[in-house]
Order: sequence, then C-alpha cells, then structure tokens
Amino acid sequence: MPVSLLWAVDVYGRVYSLSTRGQQWEQCRDAVLEFKRVTAVQQCCWGIACDHHIYLNVHSSDVPIRYQEETFENQRWNPMDNFSDRLLPSDRWQWSNITGLEHQPLDSFFLPSTNWEWEGDWYIDENFGGEPTEKEGWTYAIDFPATYTKDKKWNSCVRRRRWIRYRRYKATDNWATIPSEGRSGPLPDPFNDISCGGWEISEEPRGRLSLWAVSLQGKVWFREGIHHHSPEGDGWEEVSLPGEVVQISCGPGDLVWAVLWEGQLIVREGITRDCPRGSSWVVVDSPNPEAGAIHVAVGDNVVWAVTKDNKVWYRRGINSYNPRGSGWIGMIGEMVMINVGLNDQVWGISCEDRAVYFRQGVTSNELSGKAWKAVNVPRDGDIRSHSSASSSSLHSAGCFFSGEVRAQSVMSEDSDTKNGPQRAVLEVKREGATTAVTAGPSIPEEEASLREADAKSPPLALVLSPSLSGGPGDPQWSNVDLEETQTHLAVGPAGVRGDAADTCSLSSVATYTLCQEEPYGADEHPLWAWVSGGGCGVDCHSQLNWFNSATALSSSVQSMSLSISPAQTAAWRKQIFEQLSERSKREMDNFKHYEQAIEQSVWVKKGAMQWWRDWKPHKWVDVRFALEQFSGPEGNQDGILFLYYNFNEEKKYLHAFINEVTILVPVLNDSKHTFAVYTAERTKQRWPIRLAAATELEMHDWLALLSVSCCDSRGIQGPPSKQALWSVTCKGDVFVCEPSPSLEACPYPTPCDQMFWHQVGGHLRLVECNSLGVVWGVGYDHTVWVYTGGYGGGFLQGLASSTDNIYTQTDVKCVYIYENQRWNPVTGYTNRGLPTDRYMWSDATGLQECTKANTKPPSPHWTWVADWAIDYGISGGTDREGWQYAADFPTSYHGHKTLKDFVRRRRWARKCKLTTTGPWQEVPPIPLSDVTIIPCGAQSIVEPIPLWAISNKGDVLCRLGVTLLTPAGTSWLHVGTDQPFKSISIGGANQVWAIARDGSAFYRGSVTAQSPSGDCWYHIPSPVRQKLQQVSVGRTSVYTVDQHGNLWFRQGLTPSCPQGSSWEHISNNVRKVSVGPLDQVWIIADKVQGSHSLSCGTVCHRLGVQPMEPKGQSWDYGIGLAGHVQHFPHRALVIFKLCDSVFEHCIIVI
Amino acid sequence: MADDKDVLRDVWFGRIPTCFTLYQDEITEREAEPFYLLLPRMSYLTLVTDKVKKHFLKVMKAEDIEEMWFDFEGTSLKWHYPIGLLFDLHASNTALPWSITVHFKNFPKCDLLHCPSNSVIEAHFMSSIKEADALKHKSQVINDMQKKDHKQLWMGLQNDKFDQFWAMNRKLMEYPTEEGGFRYIPFRIYLTMSDRPFIQKLFRPISPDGHTHTLGDLLKEVYPVAIPNDDESKRYQVVIHGIEPLLETPLQWLSEHLSHPDNFLHISVIPAPSD
Repeated sequence: MPVSLLWAVDVYGRVYSLSTRGQQWEQCRDAVLEFKRVTAVQQCCWGIACDHHIYLNVHSSDVPIRYQEETFENQRWNPMDNFSDRLLPSDRWQWSNITGLEHQPLDSFFLPSTNWEWEGDWYIDENFGGEPTEKEGWTYAIDFPATYTKDKKWNSCVRRRRWIRYRRYKATDNWATIPSEGRSGPLPDPFNDISCGGWEISEEPRGRLSLWAVSLQGKVWFREGIHHHSPEGDGWEEVSLPGEVVQISCGPGDLVWAVLWEGQLIVREGITRDCPRGSSWVVVDSPNPEAGAIHVAVGDNVVWAVTKDNKVWYRRGINSYNPRGSGWIGMIGEMVMINVGLNDQVWGISCEDRAVYFRQGVTSNELSGKAWKAVNVPRDGDIRSHSSASSSSLHSAGCFFSGEVRAQSVMSEDSDTKNGPQRAVLEVKREGATTAVTAGPSIPEEEASLREADAKSPPLALVLSPSLSGGPGDPQWSNVDLEETQTHLAVGPAGVRGDAADTCSLSSVATYTLCQEEPYGADEHPLWAWVSGGGCGVDCHSQLNWFNSATALSSSVQSMSLSISPAQTAAWRKQIFEQLSERSKREMDNFKHYEQAIEQSVWVKKGAMQWWRDWKPHKWVDVRFALEQFSGPEGNQDGILFLYYNFNEEKKYLHAFINEVTILVPVLNDSKHTFAVYTAERTKQRWPIRLAAATELEMHDWLALLSVSCCDSRGIQGPPSKQALWSVTCKGDVFVCEPSPSLEACPYPTPCDQMFWHQVGGHLRLVECNSLGVVWGVGYDHTVWVYTGGYGGGFLQGLASSTDNIYTQTDVKCVYIYENQRWNPVTGYTNRGLPTDRYMWSDATGLQECTKANTKPPSPHWTWVADWAIDYGISGGTDREGWQYAADFPTSYHGHKTLKDFVRRRRWARKCKLTTTGPWQEVPPIPLSDVTIIPCGAQSIVEPIPLWAISNKGDVLCRLGVTLLTPAGTSWLHVGTDQPFKSISIGGANQVWAIARDGSAFYRGSVTAQSPSGDCWYHIPSPVRQKLQQVSVGRTSVYTVDQHGNLWFRQGLTPSCPQGSSWEHISNNVRKVSVGPLDQVWIIADKVQGSHSLSCGTVCHRLGVQPMEPKGQSWDYGIGLAGHVQHFPHRALVIFKLCDSVFEHCIIVI
Repeated sequence: MADDKDVLRDVWFGRIPTCFTLYQDEITEREAEPFYLLLPRMSYLTLVTDKVKKHFLKVMKAEDIEEMWFDFEGTSLKWHYPIGLLFDLHASNTALPWSITVHFKNFPKCDLLHCPSNSVIEAHFMSSIKEADALKHKSQVINDMQKKDHKQLWMGLQNDKFDQFWAMNRKLMEYPTEEGGFRYIPFRIYLTMSDRPFIQKLFRPISPDGHTHTLGDLLKEVYPVAIPNDDESKRYQVVIHGIEPLLETPLQWLSEHLSHPDNFLHISVIPAPSD
C-alpha cells in the first residue's frame, strides 16, 4: 500500500495531514493563512483559506509536472535569398502552430502563472518521426501545407522546423493561490465550500479533475481545464441552480450532490465523459423534514448526509444509473461533517468531541460499514510540548462546547430521572430487535419516514427501528444497524447517543466514562473542523496505526526497513535459534550411532485427477494420481509420480521421477483447475503432463506438495541464491532457477531443457534482476515491486514459505470484450449481423463469443472490482460513444464514420483484481512500464547499483540509492526527454540505450557513477523503415527488436564510439531479446518446431558467441537456459513467459 | 539468516538419546542388555518403543509379561505426555543418555493410563488436536478437514514424516491477519512439584488494547511464581523443547513454532539447578 494522506483542519484553521504509515498529525507548516476547508485528491489538495480565496497544494513527485510548448518556424525558397523568412502573402505566418493557422512567435509564449518556471530556452527539435534530421532541424516540402521530408529535394520550395521549450510547475508542496477570475472578470463573491473529484469520469486528458466550489451567496462554480499539465485549471464557470447552495460534494466518478439552504439536497445529472459539468439538477428531500440536511458527502457509489440535528444518514440504492438513490437509512452516531474518501471509505468529525472518526468495515459489499472508530493519534506539536498543547485544547474545548454544555444543564434533571429505566428498557429492546430481524415481517423502506415519528422517543426507536426497516427483504441493512448498535452500547462514544438533539445529555452521561480509555484524555483531544479523505488510499483491509497510539511507534519502524524486519533481529528469536542448535549439539551430536526409534518408510499420497490424454482425440480423462515419497540413497527425499488410467479396458500407468521434473506450471483455464508437469523429455516434445484437480484448494495442495518434493529431491531449500535466474509466466507466476554446480561443466553444458524451475509467490508482469540479488518486478497494473529476500507465498504456504518477508500483493488488469455491429440501410447500425459475421459480442479475434454476462475473470483468483465500461483508449481512436468503424470485419478500425464503413465495434473493459502473497514489497509511488538493472558492478554492499526505468506515462527515470542493503533505493531522478519512451536497457560500463514511442533509438551520453543520469540523449537512426520495439545491452553488444520481429545487432561499437555505426540483421520471428553481461544472447522466438507440437515463444540461446564474434552463429532451442552459468556471472535476466493452455503450448516473452 | 521454517524442522527432528534398562526385579532367563535408542521428542513413548519391547522379550518368558511401562528414577512416565515433555519435566538437568527403566509387571494403575494399542494413542492425539483447534479457531479448521486429512496428521507423526504432517498441520496454524493471532493459545503448564497435572486457562495472544502477549505475560497471569523477581536469583526454569525462550517471546509465535504435534504448547516449569 503506497503512503497516502488524510487531510484535516482544526478549529484554529491549521491544516494537518496524517500519513497512512504515520502515527501523528503533521502540521502543514508552509500554510501562511488559516484554512477553513480542504478537499484532497491523490495528487493535490485544494483549500479555502480565511481570506476566502482558493489555494492549491500540489504534492511534489519525483516526476515533475512539465509541459512542452512548441512552435514552427516556416521559410520559403526564392532565387534571391535562397530559403528565407520572406513568405508569400498567401502563406502562413513565419512563426505558427503546426497547422499554420495561428501566429506563434517565440516571444508570444508566457508562463500561465507565477507558479510556473521555464526549464531552459527554446531549442530546435531534430527528431522527425523517429528519424534524426540535419543539424538545423529543417523539414522540406513542395508547398504549405504538404508532406514534409527530412531531405531537401530539387522541388523543395518551403521548409519548416520545430522549436521546443519546456515549462515546469514549481509551486509543489506549497499553497499556491488560485485567482478568483471567471471568464468575465473577478467573481462577485468569495468562496465558502469546495469539493474536488471526478477523476474516474475520463482518462483524457491525463489527470483530469472536477472542482466544484460554492460561494457565500450560494452560487456554484465549476473549475474548467484541470488536468495533469494544468493543475490549476483555467477559469471558473457558473453553474445554474434551483436554489442557494451551502455545501457541495463531488465523488471520484459522476456523483455530485449539494445541500440547499432550505435543507433539501440536489443531485447533478447528466455528468458524462463529454460533459463533466453535467446538465441538470434534481431535488431530493432531506431525510428528516423537520431537520433539513446541512452536509452531504459522496463517493463512488455512496451518499452520506448529516441533518441539522447532527444525525447521520446513508443513502441506499445509489449506482451510476440512479445517482439519486432510493431511500435514506438512519445511522448511529452524531457528526458535524462527513467525508467520503477513496474506496468509499468514510470519515467524520463527531459532534460530541470533535474528533476525527473512521468508519470501520466499509467494503464493496457493505458500503455502510459497521462502526465508528476514533482516529487517536497525537499532533506533531503535542509530542514536543505536551503541556502547552493540553492547556490550549482545554481552553478551546471550553469555548467550543459552551452551547452544548448549557443544553445539557437544562436537560440534566429530566434525563437523570429517565436514565435508569430507559437504559434498562434499552437492553431488553436490543434483544427483542435481534429476534425481530430473523423472524420479523418484511417492511418496505418507507420505514425511514416512520422512524421520523419515532424519533421523538429517542433511544428506543433508534435501536428498534433499524431492525424493523430491514426485515428479511433486506437483511443487509438491518444487520448493519443492529450490529452497530450493539458494538456501540459496549464501547463506542457515539453509541447510545440518541438521534435527536434533546437526548444528547442523556447519552453523554451514559457513555462518558467509557470515553476515558483514550490515553490522551478527552480534553486533550485536538478539535477538528474539517476532514478530507479523498487522497487517502485505505480500505477495510488496510492496517492502520491510527487507532491505538500506544503500539504506534514500534510498528512504524517495522514498515521502514525492507529486508530485515525487527522480528528477525529480535533477541528472543536469536535466543531460540541459538538454544535449538545448542540443544541438537547436546542431545544428538554424540549419539548419532544410536538407532532411530522410527524407521523411514515410503509415504504415498493419492488422489483423483483428470488428465489431458496424450493421444488423439485429446480429452480430459479421469485418472488416479499418486506421489510416492521415499528417502533416496544419500538420505535426501525423492519420489515418483504415478498416473493410473484405463486404455481399452486395460489398466495402464504413466510415471515421472520427481527429480526429473523441470517445472510445475499452473495453467490458465477458466473452467478447470489445471497445471502442467514438465520433464526434459516432455519439454522436447512440447507436450507436458496436463492435470486438472477437482477444486482450487486441491490443486494448490498438490502443487505445494509436488513443489516441495521436487525442491527436496534436488536439495533446494530456502530463498533463491543471488545468481538465480528469474522468469515470469503469462499468468504472472514467478519462477526461479538455481544454477546448480553440475551445470557449470564447461565443455558439455547441460541442455537448457533440463534446468529446474520452481515457483515463488507473487504476481508480476515482468521481472528484472542482476547477479547480486537485486530483483525488481512490475505488475500488470504497473505497480513496482522489489524482492524482499524471502521465498514462498501464494499457495506455497507453511513449509515452502518463509514467514517473514512475505507481504500481500495485489494486481489489477482489464478484461476486454468487443461489441460488434453491422449497418443496414433500414435501421442503421444494429446488432444483427450477417450469418457469416462474427459474434455480436466477441473477443478481439471475433472467434469466441464473449458477452458481458458469460465473460469470467481470467482465473478463479481474479475477482471483478468494477462494472463493464466502454474503453475509449483503444488504438485507432473512437467516436464519442466509443465506436470504431471499418469497411468489414476484420480490418483496421478508425475512430470516425465514413461512407465506406459498414461495420463498427467498440471495446468494453472490466477491471479485475488479484490478491496474493509473495516475497515482494511495493515501491511507490510511480507506476512503471519497463525497468533495467546494471547486470554486475557493485562490489560492496553500499555501492550504488544503477537502475533505470520508464514510467507508464513514458518518462525516463533513474533510481538513486539502490544498493544491496537497500534494494528498493530511495528516490527517482527524472531524465528529460522530448517524447515518451517505451524500452530501456543498461549494460556494461553504464551504457544506457532506450527506445522512444515513435520507434527511434537513443543512447544516453556520459552516464557515470558520479553522474548517474548522464548528460544528453544521442538520437540513433533506426534500421531503414523499421520502428524499434525493444533494446537490450550486454557488455559490448547492443541488440534491438523491431515491430516486425526482426532482431538487429549494432555494429561498430567501440569505447570511443559507443553509439556504433549501423544495424545488422540477425534473425526474424523474435519477440524479445535479452543480452547478458558477457554478451550472451537469449531470445524468445516464435514458430519453433517440437516433436509433438509447434511452440511459439521459446527461449533460445545464441551459440558461438565469442569475444571476437559477438554476433554468434546459431540458436539452441529450449525451455530454460543453457548451462554456461559459470561463464556468465549472470545477469540472471531471462524474462520470459510460459504460456500454457489446454489447446496450445507456448512460451511468450513479455 | 535462519528462517522460522528451520525452527519447525529443528523442533520436529529433536531426538533424545535414551538407554532402556530392564527393572532389576523382573525375572529373566539370561541377563538383559541395556537398549539404546534415539527417541523423537515429538512422539509418545508407547508409540516408539516396539523395538525396546522386542529386545527385552528375547530374554523373558512369555508368561511373565504384562503391559510394558516405564519409569525414570522412580517416577512413572505417562505415555500420553510427549516424550520431550517427559524429559524436560523429569530429566532435563541429568546426564545423557536418559536412562529409563522398563517394567513388565505391577502396572501402576493409579499413575498411568493403559495403552493396549496404537489406536488409543491416536485417539488421544486427535482429541488433543481437536481441543487445541477449538481454542484456536472454534474448531472450524479441524471440522473442515476430511477424515483422510486427520489420518494424514496421525500418520505423519507415527511415521516421523515432517512434510506429511506439516502439509496438513499448516492449516491448523493459520489465522486471519486482521486478528493478529489465534482466538486462544492452546497451552499447558506443567509443574514438577505440584499435584495438579497441569495448568490450562483461556489466554489470548493479543491483549484487548492490541498489544502482543508474550510468554512473560502468560506466566504473570497463570503462574507468576515462575517469573524471577528483580532482586532474587532465578528459582525456576521455563522450558519448552529443552530450551528456555526469553520471556519477551511473543506467545503467538511460540504457539505456531514450538507447539507439539498435538498443537499444544507444553511448557515445563522446573526448579533451577542449584549449582
């Protein structure tokens, strides 16, 4: 879980933030002014200060916010001046934008505000579509506007070149003022409320946000143009209203609610991707007609409200089709305000003690949560000057509660007399309520209004009515409220407190003593005025240290260190290890000649499985399956796998020796729980033993057992060695291979198909390591993970797993399906296709029917986390409804309709999530798409190890502080580029090569230990007419793969000319190349013939690579790596995927 | 660095060198040689002494043989306690090998349970596991297991198959992460000088305010005498599997790693040697 912040403002207007890893409120010191309200999202926090102006605090990031300004210089040839800026009158401006329609001289560019600075001066872009241009950067054409080329021809009459300048947002981690300017001058009145959200509405432009503000006169304003490159937005637009608004709340998606002065609520409708402001308001009545709403808070799928009597309400039935919801449910607790943060988590400030409360137990299935829990951590000032803080908060407590104290004294006599009997009744009623739920009648949700009547006789109604309103028809809600009541009667300060204001005194009397348990005492509590969780990434599973300040400090230390946790270094643990080894010495060492009491015997585990039989017609057949384990000749464990089947009524069996198994792979199959067992022989055949277990649990038991016995038979225990080879399958499973000593035999290396791979836990899309044991991985959701030194996790629990260093790991990916339509002259586009057409709901190929209902997550480990949504990000572009058009299936699609188009399709995406465990810890916060580690180097444990990466937005990054001791490093250094990049590799002597998105190659100059990020990029021309995809650098050789699968070798690399001279074609049908530190070349090749089937995606090794012949001679095909391990103190970097399904077997590179 | 998994192996493969001698009053046809054996600490005496029986039967007449039982320096050894516990409790500061006297007569009915067959041991072992799981998981885990899984636990112990046993036992050692431990820790504290067989109470691994309970916390609650005061020298040793863990060792960790196969943490409190 990356660190994120909860923001809050205290009653003095001081802004505090609380980190999810922290245990104290940190005051925002740079806030010069006092603030009234804040609204936070992940990347920034907006606030209204006491001067009623709006301020923006953008969190600093290792990747700066920078914006590329560009303009074009245009010239025309004439016989007199040759090329000059003297253009024809009909021509474009001498300085223009790319279309030529706008006049854009260099001095017309200004910084948008004082929060920006220029990064440098204007310079000429010498990259033209991936090709380097001549020194001056000119591109030539016959006339404006026409096709430009980089070469000057006899008929080139005009030319132009592109100038670039970057500006950078500098006011990060600072409250920067936002001018209150509308489209037409300053706004008439100051701001009163603000709410930020809407980042889920659209991903275009990147980082887009909706900001809604309310002025003192009750007008609502919408801030236009906020996105990543323009964090401040451009201006305010007024939104027309049915009344005067006091407060507004905007969720991450399309939910926007506001509260009117009169106490009703209004809901914004018509918010879409194209219209984030929405179109109209709909009024929703307050839950309590007598006490209108004063506050509303919305999330993704929830709405919470507070009425004037401080009662908290939950709106049921909210979804994207019905933003209005269907009814109110009264909740326990009295709050002055509520805020809904990420994952629909709820925060509130209690009416009684003004403490910040967190709603516990909010899950996607139970959005209303279970109980309020006070956030109980000190403020940073409290720790340093305890006494002063307490005196000041005492003072403030007095001033704040004066109103309520008076109310209490008026009521006290009355409530004291009632107190005893009412409490008694309450207990009884509670039990009655419990039975009412199970047997109670189904009463519809109008109960909410019925409850209003009951509200006059408070605590009784409070306890009873939730159970009535639920009933069997909707047990979920009734359970929630009921449970809540019970817990609060027992512990919570918000518990018995009634729902109407006049019972306040009673309840505070009843619960007062219970509140005393907080170590800081009630009167030392910071008093809070506002809280915002919009940037706080917690969910109900997060482990937070906020609720118990006593245990807080010890665990903070734990989260800091990565590879060595305190549990491992603790004295008690050491003592146990030492004593146990002493004990074995004492009790066993001198008595080894004694007979053992129990003789070792053969142990057999049996089970039933299905087997994908070897002969045609291939199908699943029931088999009996047995693993016989026994002690081998040298005392090591060994075993044999037996598979008993019937063939022509005849009993037969198949067997495999455990010590010959090379890999056990879980196989992607959405209906069966399958895995494949490989031996060297079966790898050659490309035909493994495929087995299916009855249940997932059974499969995991077998896999764990087989995995342990395979490791045992080969004497492998504990974590992978530093020299281990790492790989990832297309399912995301992580495998390691130990280069065993026998593989180092020099003249006759063990063939690669005999190498043994075993699984470690975790889920990754790619993995990268060096020979020193630093391993990084990237998940499908681009989250970055660093290896912790443990082993096991996932299904390998208990024995095959280390107990420390195993952490929860999550990954998210999208499943895509396509909606296809054909045009007919009568009804236009419909879902009635021709009989020959593909399914109207299909996969990308159209061969498989995929409807929204029947499409399942890729495997049972994945669960849906969102609904189906139109994907606008598909290549080729889409129209406003996400459609892509084409003349017929299957052709290339484009994003707008033309006369020739008869079919269209659109892509739907649905997110699914996987949660597993493994020896991986997250490296927040920047998501990556590629990463590379220098293969060797660092001799000492503190020497920095160069590591480069590319963010998922294409930024090139260089990691600082990566050492053997701190494999996660400390921070990213951003390396500026003129365009997004997609592949990067660092080789011997700090040679950094990278591929940009336009397919051009770059070499980074002057990268040294002293200057880890180098000084500038050198553009290397691509092979003719090829766009490069991927690069890998060894000690001296550089290989690239282009988009058509050609493998290229860079010739002419010398120390004095590290860029080389030209590309030489080596091979085709290559997906990915990986070059080792001694220039060993590994590729993932397609179309490799095996004896049983054809495989695509085979790991191949280049033979004959010599210092004098870096290109090598031929390929050796296999599944694993050949045995030159001793030759390569290995970069250990084979990154390949094993893809195995029932119908095809393939090993694919990522 | 050594991993916690190694603790499990070390604990499982703990052996006590033992010298079995026949009780002097037993009638033999010729002199009985002592019999030397490595006893697994985790197992039960009657389960692993077939060889002992066979050895002494060679020198005895069939009609002189009744049920076999053992004593150490006059104390009858309860077969239903794990061997390691018996050793820690009665013989931990004596010289090795552990010298056990074998009897075939005068079975001390008041001290010992009869053990006619291995199925009695199995029943005892399984009932301990079930009791422990009742404490740990309200019996949910053990009840979810099938009969063959129960059998696997027992066979693992009987045949000294670490992998076989732990492949199943790990499920009994799981707990929801958000709770930080088992519901209650299954433990028994044995005292040499008390008439009570052992102390067993409900004790949670985590205190209500979220602190981790340690071995020291447990003793403070259950048997405070065992904890040395600041000013006096150590009077008692708190021994588990022949070692003395520090009092600040978390109880949950102990329960996961130093429990016997019956899933109980057997803790011996013995007088400290007075040297």
